[in-house]
Amino acid sequence: MSTTATRPSDAPRASTVSPLPLFVMHLRMLVIETLRVPIAVIGTMAFPALSLLFFVVPNRAVADDPVLATQAVLGLAVFAVMVSALFNLGLTVAENREKPWDPYLRSLPLPAAVRISAQVSSTAVFSFLALVPVLVVGALATAAQVSAIGLLSGLVVLAVTSIPFLLLGAAIGYAFSSKAAIAVIQVGMFGFAFGGGLFFPPQFFPEWLEMLSRFFPSRHARELTLAAVEGTNPELWMLAGAIIWTLGTAALALWLYRRDEGRRYR
Amino acid sequence: MTAYDPHADAPLARLVGATRRFGELTALDDVTLDVRAGELIGLLGPNGAGKSTLLSLVQGRRRPTAGTVELFGGSPGDAVRRVRLGSTPQETALPDTLRVGEVVDLVAAHYPDRVPTGDLADEFGFAELLRRQCGALSGGQKRRIAVALAFVGRPRLVLLDEPTTGLDVDARHVLWAAIRRHHAAGATVVVTSHYLEEIEALAERVIVIDHGRVLADDTLTAVRDRVMSAVVELTSPEPARVVSLPHIVRDERVGEGAAAAGRVRLTVDDADAFVRELVMSGAPFERLTVRGASLEEAFLALTVSERSAS
Repeated sequence: MSTTATRPSDAPRASTVSPLPLFVMHLRMLVIETLRVPIAVIGTMAFPALSLLFFVVPNRAVADDPVLATQAVLGLAVFAVMVSALFNLGLTVAENREKPWDPYLRSLPLPAAVRISAQVSSTAVFSFLALVPVLVVGALATAAQVSAIGLLSGLVVLAVTSIPFLLLGAAIGYAFSSKAAIAVIQVGMFGFAFGGGLFFPPQFFPEWLEMLSRFFPSRHARELTLAAVEGTNPELWMLAGAIIWTLGTAALALWLYRRDEGRRYR
Repeated sequence: MTAYDPHADAPLARLVGATRRFGELTALDDVTLDVRAGELIGLLGPNGAGKSTLLSLVQGRRRPTAGTVELFGGSPGDAVRRVRLGSTPQETALPDTLRVGEVVDLVAAHYPDRVPTGDLADEFGFAELLRRQCGALSGGQKRRIAVALAFVGRPRLVLLDEPTTGLDVDARHVLWAAIRRHHAAGATVVVTSHYLEEIEALAERVIVIDHGRVLADDTLTAVRDRVMSAVVELTSPEPARVVSLPHIVRDERVGEGAAAAGRVRLTVDDADAFVRELVMSGAPFERLTVRGASLEEAFLALTVSERSAS
């Protein structure tokens, strides 16, 4: 027995720490890092509210109609969360891979799922903050209406249906360099926004586009959140689509994380 | 303590025929070696030799293109295998916006049995920096913290990549003392360096690596003798006669024009023996200078002798 710094029992030799406290620690540090340089999230927070202010509010035919205004605010709320998820997560992950801290974390006993869920959760916190200005503009400057229970269940459903965007953002971050990630996210973001009916309601789409649109995660998020807000029953294709996108993007993000070896530093 | 441990004699890390390519470049070429419990290994080689690639395979950060790498008897890619492994980040890696204490706590959260932040800070001399953001630290301060992070989880195997690069002499000796202390307390340590001096001060076993291949893997004394080359320069009207003498590993003509005619630079494996041979040979020479080989020259000599031996 040497005079080692190791505990006499040496019992926890092979065990890892439990994932939950580790997740909380990673989440806390990611939130702290973002809060200390908040400018990064301010742009994505302001953009959807400004869209509402400039494109919807001046169009009184929409803004004064309670049904259309509610759909427009809801569409931009989904857009706000989606943009923030794709941009903040995709870019943060891509940039972090280019710094040497990420490779170091990979040398620690850190399960991939813990790191990914911490990154997804910290971004989700700020994505949800991006909702606040949209809801404020919607409430003050349009005829959009929602009951308290509708608002609450809408927020919960929006949170759940935004998970595929977060996982997709992470996947893009792991697959591309930060410069390529920006381009991919911009194209994907507007494709999802138009295709999913976030800017124009899908009931005005031609039939072929309406069918195509049902395969977009943005459409699932919009319809499920709308159903929650209005208290109607969601249709099967919306639920099935959302579940498939969630599982698919989770598998993709996990696979890309494990495959990724960071930028080459030697 | 190890009496009932069935893996007591198993190597902590093992590479068998490990090769890692990056596109066209072969960073690590068919490396086979064991890291056994209690060793203090110096991994010596010039920049770009493959040292960091070797460590990244053991850390599970990269997978070998061919061959196998084991850590504590399993795949380094499994997080659970890395619980008893400690590594240093690059000094530039520490997240600028986080405070030093926060970084220590973040890294420590991965280990079931951590060193308290205060104890670690006292040992590595950064107690007064715990409230500072990492971005505000000097290179030397970051380096000390980076090395300390390798020890926060009470590791059995510690991989230190260039631990003292950029440190002044005092700070370097403080870190060396800490590394020796942890080794004495039971930790197995692998230190990479391109400073021969650092390896000489720390290591018991030395692995010399260049162009991704292991050139030597032996005790410190044995390896030091092999890289104890010297560089001899002289001017002779009969340079061909001089370069044919024994003990010369490498020769080249130096200087330009008539003024430098007959000037040769020779890398020799034993300066004393070579000079004796030179004098005995009767070959005319003048302006003889002898100096110790730089590490690069010594490596070159080692590479050349390996090639001619095989």
